[in-house]
Amino acid sequence: MTTTVPYQPAAAEPELLSGLETRGVSAWFGAHKVLERVSLTMAAGEVTALIGPSGCGKSTYLRILNRMHEMVRGAALAGEVLLDGADVYEAGRRPAEVRRRIGMVFQRPNPFPAMSIADNVASGLKLAGIKTSRDEREYLVETSLRRAGLWNEVSGRLHTPGGALSGGQQQRLCIARSLAVSPDILLMDEPCSALDPTSTRRVEETIAELRGRLTVVIVTHNMQQAQRVSQSCAFFLATHDTPGRIVEAGPTAQLFTDPADPRTADYVNGRFG
Amino acid sequence: MATTTDQTGKPRMTTALDLPTATATATAAAAPERRLRLGGVTRAEVSTLGGALLGSLALDWMLYERLLPFSGAQGFLLCWYLLFLGFCYALGSVQWDPQTVRERLVSVVAWSAGLLLLVIIAEQIGYIAIRGWHAASHGNFLTQDMDHTAAHSPITSGGVLHAMIGSLEQLGLATLFAVPLGIAAAVFMSEVGGRAARPVRTMVEAMTALPSIVAGLFVLGVVILSLGLQASGFAASLALTVMMMPIVTRAAEVVIRLVPGTLREASYALGASQWRTVWNVVLPTARPGLVTAVVLGMARGVGETSPVLLTAGFTTRVNANPFSGHQVSLPLYIWNYVKQPYPDMVSRAFAAALVLMAIVLVLFVTARVLGGRRPGALSRRQRRRIARDAAARDAVVRETAVREAATR
Repeated sequence: MTTTVPYQPAAAEPELLSGLETRGVSAWFGAHKVLERVSLTMAAGEVTALIGPSGCGKSTYLRILNRMHEMVRGAALAGEVLLDGADVYEAGRRPAEVRRRIGMVFQRPNPFPAMSIADNVASGLKLAGIKTSRDEREYLVETSLRRAGLWNEVSGRLHTPGGALSGGQQQRLCIARSLAVSPDILLMDEPCSALDPTSTRRVEETIAELRGRLTVVIVTHNMQQAQRVSQSCAFFLATHDTPGRIVEAGPTAQLFTDPADPRTADYVNGRFG
Repeated sequence: MATTTDQTGKPRMTTALDLPTATATATAAAAPERRLRLGGVTRAEVSTLGGALLGSLALDWMLYERLLPFSGAQGFLLCWYLLFLGFCYALGSVQWDPQTVRERLVSVVAWSAGLLLLVIIAEQIGYIAIRGWHAASHGNFLTQDMDHTAAHSPITSGGVLHAMIGSLEQLGLATLFAVPLGIAAAVFMSEVGGRAARPVRTMVEAMTALPSIVAGLFVLGVVILSLGLQASGFAASLALTVMMMPIVTRAAEVVIRLVPGTLREASYALGASQWRTVWNVVLPTARPGLVTAVVLGMARGVGETSPVLLTAGFTTRVNANPFSGHQVSLPLYIWNYVKQPYPDMVSRAFAAALVLMAIVLVLFVTARVLGGRRPGALSRRQRRRIARDAAARDAVVRETAVREAATR
């Protein structure tokens, strides 16, 4: 299939990038407190990595950022999450609108099995109730797949089921799907933990290309990955009787080479966790 | 030791003795490989089975006909089967180790259970076909009603046209009512309800066990006697709805629950509302299962006699309007004519049963074809569009090529 697309978008305006900031975010599951006053600024256009051992509340924190946390029964939270200075938990603000601006890629690839590759990419438009012309949609499918680094592999079979792709391709399809609704922020919850090394490399390349276009927050267990893809980094830690909190946050290079806290040094050097 | 791979892709261990030098490996690779036979049935197994079958038959015959004071075909067959299993076990024990014997005995039991099921189905269909062939073999059976057919009319008059129309209309209406209601109830229980889902689920489960005559009585009491509606196809379809809805609901709830939660999360993370998620993600993903739910409901509805008996009335004439006048359906037709003391009428009833089975088969195949489109498979319109776009692109390419050639 050739790539002639008749539709051309209106002259691209320089995009204003949005940053994300949390102030004093705590979280509970029932009576169990999992996060304690987490304050963190995720700079616009940069990749921020959240690292830390399992069960320290990184994923919960990530899900708080785009209001996915409240969908779990018994979940509660306190604090503020500021997107461009406005609290996403403001009364009257619709969760769906917040989630459209703050996209999410999950640990396991989850393309919609009942949809083709193209429909998967365009599904966000349909699900968010955005009306588009067919040409616009085709343009969007192609650009999103290109940005996710998947276009060359699937351009000839856009109308085959998305579930037939390999795991790594599925994950990039999910990234393309998230990018198609043009979010300001992209959250990634261990996006490579279910992938082989080659696919991991492709996803990391994709993340590198996204830098400067939108703000990425990535949870990862892989120290090397955090070093490779992120500009700043936050280290979470929880012990079994205290909830998770940030031990140290700062530029990635500094955190890995010259950490201020001995626990950070232990963790990034693989001495525990 | 070295690991090689045969043509079937299964790794096979070969000892170093097989591969003394590299040149030997090369020549071995050049020779045509022989595929290993793995699994399958060996000759020993076949002869063991055959021997057990014949031996048990002989012993069974001797027991039944010569030694024991028993008689009767069922007992004979049952004893034969038990003896056969015993023979299989004994013959196996002398050849194989106990675990293998147990394994093969279980597979013999499973196979014979499957065969028994096939035999029963074939026997049912065959019996009905034989009894009904007298009437079904005449073309008029599908094109006439029973209006001009009396007890002693020849078999070349009368038929099931009116009952076929009645069955299809009543089932169609009932499906129209039961499927949206059932799927909506299933969505409520699995997606929306939370704590309120439990009483609904209990109610639905109780309704599944509802005796069908009660559904008929319910519609008779509420719709016909209280509201004053006439006994009609519509009233019958309401009674069928009461029967079908709980089946559709339960089956649909099960398949909706099977849709992975990660898909719902993905949908919400894209900014979808709950309603959009259900409509665009959950239901399409569950579609093949939902088709099965609908088919199960229809299978329940199409064969119901007693709800229809109380609510549809009876007629011998074609009545295509389900909203006025009595309307007969196939089960009711069968019930009515099979108890008459005239062989032709009984044969007509059996032929009607044959027609009923054929209709069920056609409905099921249609439902499978409609619901079973593979995910992402293209509808005819999409295929046409893609072909048209490709043709347009080719035309542009050709045109530019011609123009370039001309300028040159």
